[in-house]
This record gives sequence, C-alpha cells and structure tokens, in this order.
Amino acid sequence: MMSDEVVLTQKFEITGGDFNKAGRVSTDIKEILQEIGIDPSIIRRTSIASYEAEMNVVMYAQRAVLTLNITPEKLHLELEDEGPGIENIERAMQEGYSTATDEMREMGFGAGMGLPNIKKNSDKFEISSTPGKGTSIKITMSLDQTEKK
Amino acid sequence: MSLKEIKELLQAEVISGEDNLDLEITFAGASDLMSDVLAFGKPGILLLTGLSNAQSVRTANIIDAKAIVYVRGKKPDNEGIALANEKGIPILSTKLMMYTACGLLFSHGLSGVSSLPDKK
Repeated sequence: MMSDEVVLTQKFEITGGDFNKAGRVSTDIKEILQEIGIDPSIIRRTSIASYEAEMNVVMYAQRAVLTLNITPEKLHLELEDEGPGIENIERAMQEGYSTATDEMREMGFGAGMGLPNIKKNSDKFEISSTPGKGTSIKITMSLDQTEKK
Repeated sequence: MSLKEIKELLQAEVISGEDNLDLEITFAGASDLMSDVLAFGKPGILLLTGLSNAQSVRTANIIDAKAIVYVRGKKPDNEGIALANEKGIPILSTKLMMYTACGLLFSHGLSGVSSLPDKK
C-alpha cells in the first residue's frame, strides 16, 4: 500500500521573460532537497528537470506556478504555465526541435533539448498543452532506491 | 590534476574559490550552450565555457560541476560570483580561446566526458 502522506509541499512562482532570475527557483529547490537529505543522484536529476522546465517558462510563457510535493515514496514537480502552449507536442519532444529566438540562444538556451532532457531525467513525465492557454508538466521521481531508473 | 595545476597551465586568474585550488579534477567538458551542458554534463565535471551570465553558474550548480573555467577572458557577473561563493564552486578565468584551453588540458592528461567506441 502506497502512502500518500505529504512530507513537504511548496509553491514557487516563475515569471516569463525574466532572464536575470531564470534558474533561481530550481537552485532553491535543489537546496531544499539537499536539506531534506534526498539521494544526491535523485537531487541532480530533479534539479536538471526543474531547471529545464523553469527555463521553458522564462523563454516562452507569461508566468507559471511550480509545485513541489514530497511524499515518503515519491517526489512530484507540477508546473502549470500561462502561455502560448505547444501546438505539436510530439515535435517539441524531438531533440533539436526549437522555436527559440536569438536572445534565448545568447543566454545559452534554446537548443531544442529541454523537453527531451526533462523526460530523460524523470522517472515519470507527463505533458499536456492547450494552444493559446498554457502547458502543464508533471514530473515524478521515485524516492525508493530499488525502483530507481 | 589539481585546480592549481589547471590555473597554472591556463595562466588563469582565480575569480572565486582561492581556498579550493587543491580540488582534484578528473575530467572536463566544454560548451557555450547550457542546454547541452544540462543534457550531457556529468557530476564532478570541470566546465569550460565562454558564456558568462549568471545562468552559467546556476547550470554548473544544477549539474554538480566541480569548478568552472571561463575562456576568452570572460568573467561572470556579480550575481554569478555570489552564487559560486555560496555554493563553493571555484571559478577561474583564462584569456585563452576555448580550443586552446581544452587542448592544453587534454594534452596534459585531463580526459573528456565522451569517447569513441572501441574498434573491434
């Protein structure tokens, strides 16, 4: 029987277009996970997934709320953004496909690796999007070492 | 190879982490593209980059990089330096171009994160 008891829940706001602050939320999340004492390899994969997702909001959306939920067995990151959404998710999931602008590339991002890299680092990855409204991403990590990817 | 040896080899300036120069570095990777660093970087990596915004330090922290060497004389901004100090990530800056900096380190025995498959 899986326990749904929440150990920690925290919400973070991400502002679109704010390149200076981009990455702060994920840096904070990494610190929180380190304080809790999560396994370093899970922290690293979670941080990478979170950072990629945060950069996507900064680059493409107006704003987003990122919710971190930790239960004894799982770590959940749920991101809901208000933005243009993604017309063709299958294409956006392909490595190298990108709609990034020059400004984004100058920041070192926009190589079309973001979504595939989030999926690669997550134990479970779900994405849904409504064009013109926004995108929602759910990342789940198993905290049980024996189930680790 | 210690960070101190890397500093001397690249005639680099220490921007942050003067007390951490005895850190042992076993491999390195170089890119100006943080997307690729996030996708291909490995924990413990020495990151060489010419991208000097705060994202470069945030990315290094996220992927558990051991230290950063900025090439082409670049230096991170104050926010980047503050984060590096807070997270204990030493930062060097060399005037060398990326290719030369990497070549020097590689020819002195510092390996990369990728290799060709063995020919059979």
